[in-house]
Order: sequence, then structure tokens, then C-alpha cells
Amino acid sequence: MIEAKDLTKRYGDTLAVNDLSFTARPGLVTGFLGPNGAGKSTTMRLIMGLDAPNGGDVTVNGRHVHDMSWPLHEVGALLESRSIHPGRSARGHLQMLAETNSISRTRVDEVLEMVGLASVSHRRAGKFSLGMTQRLGIAAALLGDPEVLLFDEPVNGLDPDGVRWVRNLLKELAHEGRTVLVSSHLMGEMALTADEVVIIGKGRLIVELGIEELLAHGSKSSVRVRSPQIKQLKAALEELDGAMTTLEADNSLTVRGADEVAIGKRAASLLVTLYELAPQYASLEDVFMDLTGGSVEYSGSQPASQTAAKGAAR
Amino acid sequence: MSTATATQARKAASARPGHYKLSGLIRSEWTKLRTVRSTMWTLGLTILIGVVISVISATATRAHWSTMTPADRVSFDPAGKSLIGVFFGQFTIGVLGVLAMSAEYGTGTIHATLSAAPGRLRVLAAKTIVFGAIALVISEITSFVSFFLAQALLTAPATHATLASPGALRAVAGSGLYLCVIGLLALGIATLIRHTAGSISAFTGLLLVIPLIVSAFPTWLDNDLSRFMPLRIGAAMISGPPLANTFTPWTGLLVLFIYAAVVLIVSGIVLVKRDA
Repeated sequence: MIEAKDLTKRYGDTLAVNDLSFTARPGLVTGFLGPNGAGKSTTMRLIMGLDAPNGGDVTVNGRHVHDMSWPLHEVGALLESRSIHPGRSARGHLQMLAETNSISRTRVDEVLEMVGLASVSHRRAGKFSLGMTQRLGIAAALLGDPEVLLFDEPVNGLDPDGVRWVRNLLKELAHEGRTVLVSSHLMGEMALTADEVVIIGKGRLIVELGIEELLAHGSKSSVRVRSPQIKQLKAALEELDGAMTTLEADNSLTVRGADEVAIGKRAASLLVTLYELAPQYASLEDVFMDLTGGSVEYSGSQPASQTAAKGAAR
Repeated sequence: MSTATATQARKAASARPGHYKLSGLIRSEWTKLRTVRSTMWTLGLTILIGVVISVISATATRAHWSTMTPADRVSFDPAGKSLIGVFFGQFTIGVLGVLAMSAEYGTGTIHATLSAAPGRLRVLAAKTIVFGAIALVISEITSFVSFFLAQALLTAPATHATLASPGALRAVAGSGLYLCVIGLLALGIATLIRHTAGSISAFTGLLLVIPLIVSAFPTWLDNDLSRFMPLRIGAAMISGPPLANTFTPWTGLLVLFIYAAVVLIVSGIVLVKRDA
């Protein structure tokens, strides 16, 4: 369980994290979403106690990382910096981390095996591909078999195989009852992995809810209609209260403001043949863009106060 | 393993008695140093430069002995001559001291280190202990090897020293200690500055540039101040006979030790307060 309450972090004049509260619960993959520069990596550093917040508090299983007896057994993190010396071998990297928490060499071998780096464990990390580096970072996070895991953009730069591997790993870790917080700026990826999402923009919470609710949240839902008598149907549908229609290039009709039930009834009353009557849900990406649009738009040199006001108005 | 037993196993792991300890951190710092090549390079160079320069200077002295004035022959300091190379080792030891910390920041490893061991002072203590021990062993090896090799090359009629000669043992053992403390000073500087290039510049600046500035002052002030310069402290330490306008060798080493301790303590406070 990760609980952030009124978390605020300021770097000079920049408000990186602004009064942010959210919860990541055990047994779920919590997607931590936002455009680049939204404050995701900063929040992860605050969770790990690497940076100190200017206000608010964040705890992992009710405690601060500073107060943990064996930090690696309680929380593991793949952070933005990747934290790997290019001159050190994969095994050397994991071993030096294991030794801090008196973790056995057997466990080092185990995680190397788990991430598929056992055969190259003696190679210097600087020679690794981006995907292998990512796997090494994940191995380091798993080293202490912790209850809580943080992954900052774990699929960045991975090939499709790697992406799928990470996706399955995250789900499995959550299935084992762990708390998994994964940041990404790719909404589509999160749709496939996350159970819940925390979306932030400009350091502020935009929305925190389940992925299904988020999809339903889409304000752009519409209905796609195909018919041999499309012109007649278009005219009839526009008479419906609040309905707006657009004739698409493929001769299909996109209807907003009326649901499939109303459209179907109307078509039946006119004895118009329908080939297709399909509700369209806004893609997660559309929802994401819609929700974060304001916070990306003002990414220029706006003073913090103005941006905050904008955020509050949302 | 079923989910339930896996969860239980993890709970057991996090409920492990005790807590992470300095001894584990020391092992970790030792692993960090020995698993990167720069350590081997800087340590190897410290020994190599030290020994080679000492051998060259002893050989040159022996070759020119017949042309030296009687006064020069009388004031010749065979112990000091054999330790000139060790004196250069302070720059390679300094670089290692800097890298031991700055590489953590340069590569982001510091985030992994402090996530695993959030007690920052304990991490700095472990680093100081491990680096200090390695630096001391390598420095002492360099100075003793340099001394014995150079003395063997200073054949008659040139005068040579043994460890029993006045000031010789102090010069040899002390120059190793001097190098070690210089290395700790570099470690402290890097903990403050965090960047490799900046730290090395500050370190060499402290050693080389400040004495140049001081030497531009009026003589009476220069003499008073220059004894506080690390290089003068080092010069007094490697010299067999006492040098003018310096602290005694052991007082000088104490002054240098205070520098290193102050910088390390300040850097420790900053390390705790600053975002990683």
C-alpha cells in the first residue's frame, strides 16, 4: 500500500508536485499516468525518500522508507535514473545491492534467472541493450522480494517481446498480492496492464479511478451507423433531442448525443434498414488527451500560481 | 508455490529480525570498488607512478653524484628522494576518492544505494572506511616499495638511507598516511560537489592553485600561511630532515586530518539534508 497525502515538492520556482493525494493498493497494478514532466518521477523519488517533500507526506505500508529495517524487503524500485554503473557487471550491481540488506547470493542468482540475464551476468552493464538494462533494473527492484514495487516507465525503449514480458510480470506481481505502481506516459499501454489509474498533470491529481470507470468517463462516446438509406436516416436523427450527426468519408454516420437505443427505435419507425449500429467508446488515449490537455497546453513559461489556478478550475 | 504461501514467505522476509547494518554496507562498498575498472586503474597507477618516478630520481642522483657540490652531497636526503614518486600518487588517489562518490551520482547508482540503505550517514561512513583502508594499504605499499628500490639504487659513493636512519621510517610510513588522508579529503569534496569533473577540479585547485595564490602574498604572510597548504604538509612528511617554514610532520598530518574530517562531516550533513 502506498499512500500519498497532500504531497508537495518545489524545485526553485517550479512546483513539481502540487498537493497530490492518491493511494495504490495491494493486489492491483496502479497506473501512474501523466504527460512528460507531470511530476511522476519526482513523486516516485518522494515515495523512496530520496527527495524530501516541501509539504504533505507519503508512506509505504504505513511507514517511511527511512524507518524500514530491511528496505529492500519492503519496497523495490526501478527509478528514472536506472541507477546502474555502466562499468559494473549485472551480477556486481545486484550483489552490491544485496549486501546492503544481507541478502544471499542465491537470491542474486534467482533474480538474474527470473529476468533472463543469467547467461550475461558477467558482462558489463554498459554493453547491455536498453531492454537488458531495463531487465537489470527490474531485477534490482525484485531483489528483496518486496511487498511494494515501483516502476518508472518500465517499457520505455523495449521491443514488443519485452513490453509483453513487463506487462505479464506486473500483472503477476499484483496477482501475488503486491502493491504495484507503474508510471507511464503511454495511456494505451496502461489500458492493457493497470487495474486502477492515477492521472496527474502539472503535479496535480487530475483523476484517480478504476480503468473501466475511466473508459466510461470518456466524454466523446458516439454511435457509428451504417445504412443504405443513410441520407434519410441522417435527417431523421437530427430531429432527435440533442443529437448531432456527421457523415463520414466511408458513408457511415457518427452520431453524438443519442444512444444506440434511440437511434435503433427511430430507424425502425422509419423502416430504414441498418447494416451497423455500434456504440463507439473513446479510446483511453482520447480520454487521456482530454483530461491532460489543459496541463500540457500550459507547459510553457506560465508562472506556477497561474498553472495551479488552471488546474484547480478543472 | 501458491499465492498464499508466496505472500507468507514475503511477509516472513520483511519480518526478518534486526535491521541492515554497517557491516553489510561495508561489504557493499568493497564490492562497488572492486567491480569497476577505474579502481584498478587508479590504484595501479598510484603504485606505478610512485615507484617509477622514485626509481628515476634515485638513478639520476646516482648518475650525477660525481658532479654534485660537497654541500649538496652533505644535505642530500636519500629518504625524501625515494618518496618523490609517492608524492605524485596523491593525484591518482585523489581521483579514486572522487570517483568513489561522484560515480554514484554520475550513473544514478546513488538512488539504488540510498533506496536500499536510507541511512545516508551510514552509507558515507561505510564508503569512508572502505576507501580509507584501500587507500592506506596501497599508499603504504607504494611508499615502502619506492623506498627500498630507490635505496638499493643509491649505491656508493652516493649516500643511502635505511629505515633506521633518522626520520626515514617516519617519512616512509608517514607518506603513506599522508596519501590516505589526501584521498579522504577528495572523497569529502566529491560528496559535496557530486560531479566528477567539478570535484577533481576543486581537489587539484585546492592542492595546486591555492598555494600559488598564497605565494603571491608578502613573504612574512606567505610563510605563515603556506605551512597550512597540503603540499607543504606532504613535503615536510616525506623529507628525512626537518623543513623550514612547515609544521612538524605529525602536526602537519593532524592539520590535514582535520581538513579531511571537517570536509567529510560537512559533506555528511549536506548529504542528509539535500535531495539525492
